[in-house]
Amino acid sequence: MSKTELKRTPLHPLHILQNAQMVPFSGYEMPVQYTKGVKQEHLHTRKHAGLFDISHMGQVKLSGDSAAQFLESLLPSRIQNLPHNAQRYSVFINEQGGIIDDLMITNAGDYFFVVINAACKDNDIKYMQSHLPDDCTLEEITDFALLALQGPKAGSVMQRYCPEATELVFMTGAEFTLNSVPCFINRCGYTGEDGFEISIPAEQAENLARSILAEEEVEFIGLGARDSLRLEAGYCLYGHDLDENTSPVEANLNWVISKSRLEDESQSYPGIETIRQQYQHGVERLRVGLLSDGKAPIREGTSILYDQEECIGKVTSGGFGPSVEKPIAIAYINKQYAAVGTQLIVKVRNRIQHVKVVALPFVEHRYYKRRT
Amino acid sequence: MSALKYSEDHEWLRVDDDTTVTIGITDFAQKQLGDVVYVELPEIGQQVTKDEDIAVVESVKAASDIKAPVSGTVLEINSLLSDEPEKVNTDPTGKGWFLKLKLDNPAEIDQLMDEAAYLSSIQE
Repeated sequence: MSKTELKRTPLHPLHILQNAQMVPFSGYEMPVQYTKGVKQEHLHTRKHAGLFDISHMGQVKLSGDSAAQFLESLLPSRIQNLPHNAQRYSVFINEQGGIIDDLMITNAGDYFFVVINAACKDNDIKYMQSHLPDDCTLEEITDFALLALQGPKAGSVMQRYCPEATELVFMTGAEFTLNSVPCFINRCGYTGEDGFEISIPAEQAENLARSILAEEEVEFIGLGARDSLRLEAGYCLYGHDLDENTSPVEANLNWVISKSRLEDESQSYPGIETIRQQYQHGVERLRVGLLSDGKAPIREGTSILYDQEECIGKVTSGGFGPSVEKPIAIAYINKQYAAVGTQLIVKVRNRIQHVKVVALPFVEHRYYKRRT
Repeated sequence: MSALKYSEDHEWLRVDDDTTVTIGITDFAQKQLGDVVYVELPEIGQQVTKDEDIAVVESVKAASDIKAPVSGTVLEINSLLSDEPEKVNTDPTGKGWFLKLKLDNPAEIDQLMDEAAYLSSIQE
């Protein structure tokens, strides 16, 4: 794709002004890092707070009497029991049980606020439209930016802008007024830290970003650190750790699958039979975390060996964890080797490196769970 | 200490004496690569040919191959980089050096750029 075809977010001028290194990502021109670099941006987010432009992601408003049933007809989670203001993570799956996309759904009362991946959004929207019942309306929100404020200081920064939003606990969200404009704020994120995702009218986004960046706790954070932070947090990246040939059972995302829906014969969604089979009888391969005692990062695509020869899996995301201070990876491996503590081998440029299977996440999640 | 010479692939080279040189990557290169987390260096005694891959620099972002700017035999590698790979970022032409080579053909040095030529090449 040539540069002229790339889309830009409402914060594009601000990224340039902040000397971001811009790269193509999912059809957008996005900041991979600012002047301090990936490692410093990563560490700053873990210690203080970081602001991320995630406006490339798809935002959708779904309304109508049967909206919850409609979502349930496409995914394995229970949505009809989702409380007002609660947010849930789920996946769209195909007839074979493979993941079409992962998404976040918030029950906003009159509608569901849904966030989908940038690279999948056009397909997701077509997919939802093609199954949409007559009493539901689906609207892609294209005139709102999406900003993520993440880190242990995110709450105290939010306190200065929208104190009401600090009442939210992890995985809840609602409409608020912030800087006199209507916003949708979720308390969630992709870093393992406390934080918020703020959907704000596009023309107000730069103003808000500028004032949040002026707070002493906050730095602008690029996609490079967003990736290393989510890897340490054990989160999946669609297109790498999840794809159309990978089921949520293989991805170790059983918690997104409603067990009561599987047990209820009247329930239906694409792939439900495959999921029932896999849920009962297990799968051949599982997603695990790998921690290396070596120093070379183990990149995506690296084969995992049990002894010197037998290939038992592949790395789907790998790099250096700046907070873990070690190479870390997410991999799919044969089930018999997936137990925590199993010692395995990888070859990085023909040099043997020992890795072991570890429980995800690599760093402790530090979400804001209840009021103090 | 002699002036540095530069390759098109953003390595610097310092002539230590008639037959040995020290090699590293330039400040420009380390900025492009970002935070270095690992450097893989060749074995001492290894023969390298000009333009052959002799080292790998891993940053948080990606792995990059480093090419030999001249041909020769590896005399010494910078063992400090094993524990402190960030020296490549903080002191690329000092403590962040990669390796020392015994030259096969000292005339190859003349094909490299001087500082003025290198600096103008990265301005483009």
